[in-house]
Amino acid sequence: MAKVEAMMPWKDVPLGGTILEPGNARKFKTGDWRSKIRPVTDKEKCIKCGMCWIFCPDMAYTHREDGYFDWNGDYCKGCGICAKECPKDAITMVAEEE
Amino acid sequence: MAKRVGMEVSISISEAVKLANVDVISAYPITPQTHIVEHLSEFVSDGELHSAFVPVESEHSAMSAALGASAVGARTFTATSSQGLALMHEIMYLAASMRLPVVMSVVNRALSSPINIWNDLSDIMAERDSGWIQVFAINGQEAYDLTLQAFKIAEDPRVLLPVAVNLDGFILSHVIEPIELFEQKEVDPFLPPYQPVLRLDPEKPVSMGAFGSPEVFIEVKKQVEEALIGSQKVVAEVWKDFGQRYGRVYKPVESYQTKGAETILITMGSITETAMMAIDALREKGRQVGLVHIRLWRPFPFKEFLQAIKGAKTVAVLDRALSPGGVGGPVGLEVKSALFGKEERPYVAEFVAGLGGRDLTVETFIEVLDKAEKYSQKQKDFQYELIGVREK
Repeated sequence: MAKVEAMMPWKDVPLGGTILEPGNARKFKTGDWRSKIRPVTDKEKCIKCGMCWIFCPDMAYTHREDGYFDWNGDYCKGCGICAKECPKDAITMVAEEE
Repeated sequence: MAKRVGMEVSISISEAVKLANVDVISAYPITPQTHIVEHLSEFVSDGELHSAFVPVESEHSAMSAALGASAVGARTFTATSSQGLALMHEIMYLAASMRLPVVMSVVNRALSSPINIWNDLSDIMAERDSGWIQVFAINGQEAYDLTLQAFKIAEDPRVLLPVAVNLDGFILSHVIEPIELFEQKEVDPFLPPYQPVLRLDPEKPVSMGAFGSPEVFIEVKKQVEEALIGSQKVVAEVWKDFGQRYGRVYKPVESYQTKGAETILITMGSITETAMMAIDALREKGRQVGLVHIRLWRPFPFKEFLQAIKGAKTVAVLDRALSPGGVGGPVGLEVKSALFGKEERPYVAEFVAGLGGRDLTVETFIEVLDKAEKYSQKQKDFQYELIGVREK
């Protein structure tokens, strides 16, 4: 499991476990329990449409300045939604080694 | 002076909610709903109450919508009963753990099956451990007063917990009683607008109800538990304030004819007033009997309860819910637990009665007290007795 940074005494926990820092889910790296497959994009086929970025439920894609999308293994679970939604079949799910 | 009018108790609760000037009411408007939200929807549509009325598609959604509204800082109300409360079960735990001060009227009725719309306490007892503050009204005036008080208790920054105001289905909810109604100007100083400590605000974003891994979960639950136990102090303050303003005094545990009582009957809810008549009848015959009724069920007022039954040789508990396969009902369990560590403790006779709306009369309470004294003399070893069940 990813390291938890909220090991505070109960009196210091924000009311009702509320998270006061927006977007801190990015600190919680969950990619280590990915199914042993990951997406690989063929840049020859990619049309930079961003469907992988839109559909990814774990925000594992980031938009690059040149228009392509980078994959981020810190969050990807290997669900394959990006490969399924890619209109150009540019994304292939490949097996990862242990 | 406030005016006293004959009014259906459900309608009077709507009047109390209107005086509380709630921002959002979410409710599932059909069976097993009562006139409480029906009348509130009329207030809203007639422009008498400036609240958002959200008619949702189920009680699960009613409680969910109430949480969402409370999370943005709205004063929020809902009401339900029996199966509807059961459908809220999942979300009730969230309301407490997320520290959202939703107020709900629970019109207590049996849980099916058999399908039954009548009164007992099996619906709310299934929510005993949800983390809500739970109070029980013995008559219409109490149901009205407790509703107004509930907002002040729930929203206190030292509490911030949801409150369930319980009133017996039909026996209270659908009867006409004399109720002393307040004017808006009388209520406003007692109940100022809700000032949330934390809320969903685009200017200052926070996330509520988020993930809590094993490393943090217990700390959040501990915080809720401490808030619930600590709420008793605030409840006492609010009741004191209410008493000073309006002259009606509320206590977590009330005693009736307990002076010198050797046998004390324990009740909750509207059966209390019928039980008082039984006590009067037995006292006239020279029997040393008294009555204690529990108004504040969660947090349980251990100190006040033990003080109230002090000196009794026998305690007869009348439960209107059953914990099947256990040792009786939830009130009996609580009473026995409260006494277990005490060196001197009374004999506890546990009775379950009135399930699914079976009528509880003065004679029933006399029967229960007679049996309790008989069993106490013999020190009879038994778990509990189901009153009124036909054997043949």
